[in-house]
Amino acid sequence: MEKRATREGYGEGLCALAEVRPDLLVLDADLAAATKTNIFKKKYPEKHYDCGIAEANMMGVAAGIASTGKLVFASSFAMFAAGRAFEIVRNSICYPNLNVKIGATHAGISVGEDGATHQCNEDIALMRAIPNMTVINPADYVEAKAAVLAMADYVGPTYMRFGRLAVPIYNDEATYKFEVGKGITIKDGKDVTIIATGLMVAEAMDAANALHEQGIDARIINIHTIKPIDRDIIVKAAKETGKIITVEEHSVIGGLGSAVGDVVLEECPVPVIKLGVKDVFGHSGSAKDLLKEYGLCAENIVAVTKAALGK
Amino acid sequence: MDEKLVRQLQIDAAKVRLGIIEGVHAAKAGHPGGSLSCADLLTYLYTHRMNVDPKKPKDPNRDRLVLSKGHSAPALYATLALRGFFPMEEMKTLRKIGSRLQGHPDIKTPGIDMSTGSLGQGISVACGMALSAKITCDPYKVFAVLGDGEIEEGEVWEAAMFAAHYKLDNLVAVVDNNGLQIDGKVSEVMSPYPIDEKFEAFGWHVININAHDFNEMEKAFNEAETVMQKPTMIVMRSTKGKGVSYMENSVDWHGKAPNDEEYEIAVKEIKAYLAELEA
Repeated sequence: MEKRATREGYGEGLCALAEVRPDLLVLDADLAAATKTNIFKKKYPEKHYDCGIAEANMMGVAAGIASTGKLVFASSFAMFAAGRAFEIVRNSICYPNLNVKIGATHAGISVGEDGATHQCNEDIALMRAIPNMTVINPADYVEAKAAVLAMADYVGPTYMRFGRLAVPIYNDEATYKFEVGKGITIKDGKDVTIIATGLMVAEAMDAANALHEQGIDARIINIHTIKPIDRDIIVKAAKETGKIITVEEHSVIGGLGSAVGDVVLEECPVPVIKLGVKDVFGHSGSAKDLLKEYGLCAENIVAVTKAALGK
Repeated sequence: MDEKLVRQLQIDAAKVRLGIIEGVHAAKAGHPGGSLSCADLLTYLYTHRMNVDPKKPKDPNRDRLVLSKGHSAPALYATLALRGFFPMEEMKTLRKIGSRLQGHPDIKTPGIDMSTGSLGQGISVACGMALSAKITCDPYKVFAVLGDGEIEEGEVWEAAMFAAHYKLDNLVAVVDNNGLQIDGKVSEVMSPYPIDEKFEAFGWHVININAHDFNEMEKAFNEAETVMQKPTMIVMRSTKGKGVSYMENSVDWHGKAPNDEEYEIAVKEIKAYLAELEA
């Protein structure tokens, strides 16, 4: 299967978006080559503004631009967009409810070699806690590009999370349609539900195949929109399969697992097992080695699922 | 500026000061000191300088003002009320449940161009507005008002770099240099001085004025209009608590409301000054 990073979908998505939204402006903080906004910059140099290494100011500038009615994306690594600039995102973007889109790349431990200072495993938790904020975490290149394009007519502060690592493209660009807030059942199943987000979706799909061979019929759901979350698809899965496993390249505190858990607790309490980074910092290494070490791979999803089912 | 106009501005500013005292007293909380120090500036901008229309508060071509020192909200509210955005009576609802006059400015309130209150952020937003206007050649101007303590925030200097880098000559920022912040004198807490030279070094056109002299104000804003390719910073030396004798230059009145007795004194003083002006 062809592999591409979701951040490339971001860069390409911005180009596609500019065709339908001529008012689009893109800001970056000295990371255009890495966030892939340089793809957009090459095509639309007059619509791309570098803010330098100053993420706090960039978020405020984005808020000011949005207040004048233009569509604006502010880009940086997840660590700096959600982390360093958190309070500006909260007070200058979300409180006044301005239409700023945040393109945050290099999320999670799959950043790899740069190590713990750059591996942001807390951004989903931070961003989903802010009122008015939408949080989107696409699973592959096609979904990433479609999600960006969907911002043409989706109004309101939105945090979009992209990865550095090239991951399998399993969606078909010709037919794929992105709907904010809609979970996707990738594979039906009756024994257990695995809910994944971002680059863990491909791992969950591999896990489902392995489980199938071992006689376990797992349902696979892709939650690309973590907020507002698709409550119906989660409740249905809880009722029909009785057990849920969540998988995310993010801390188990406050991310997809917590969001799914909130819904299940309120509407249909069943066991929810959260796979993610377990309240620890990462360290340097290749993305592949790190994902394996932290249990964010198909093999571990299979093992955890079997254990949960007592098999 | 002709004498009659100066007199009118002084009268209007006195009315704004009355509004500030009314609001903060009714709320039993708020920030009178820094509101009174920028009351003349906001009166001048909203009644004389800015292109705004209370009937069209969201007009895309209006001039914008971001009160980066958001705690001076009572001054902004009283000025907007004076200008007709809402009744002055509403000052009595300041900070109360259900009021649109929040403790710090809220973009949903008529006339408020940006929610502010967390220091250092407003100037970045003003930069964004100014850049947006430049990109599409919109004619409006952007004004930002900062506190002298506020410029201790690092984001202000990120924004200072940005505004000069993108040559935002449609942006005029003002530092309300009243010399005091919560913990004491700005020179003792964390000196931002020399404010003018710092902004000059960051690439701004800088003008120093007396915050309570409308002629100097007029001259400075006229000068700012002529500056090309650079943002302008007006550093205005002000008196914290200006217009209420016992509040003037006192750090105690940064974030405290007057009690009933103090309120009476303040109102009496301002009204006496107003009567003098109107005589």
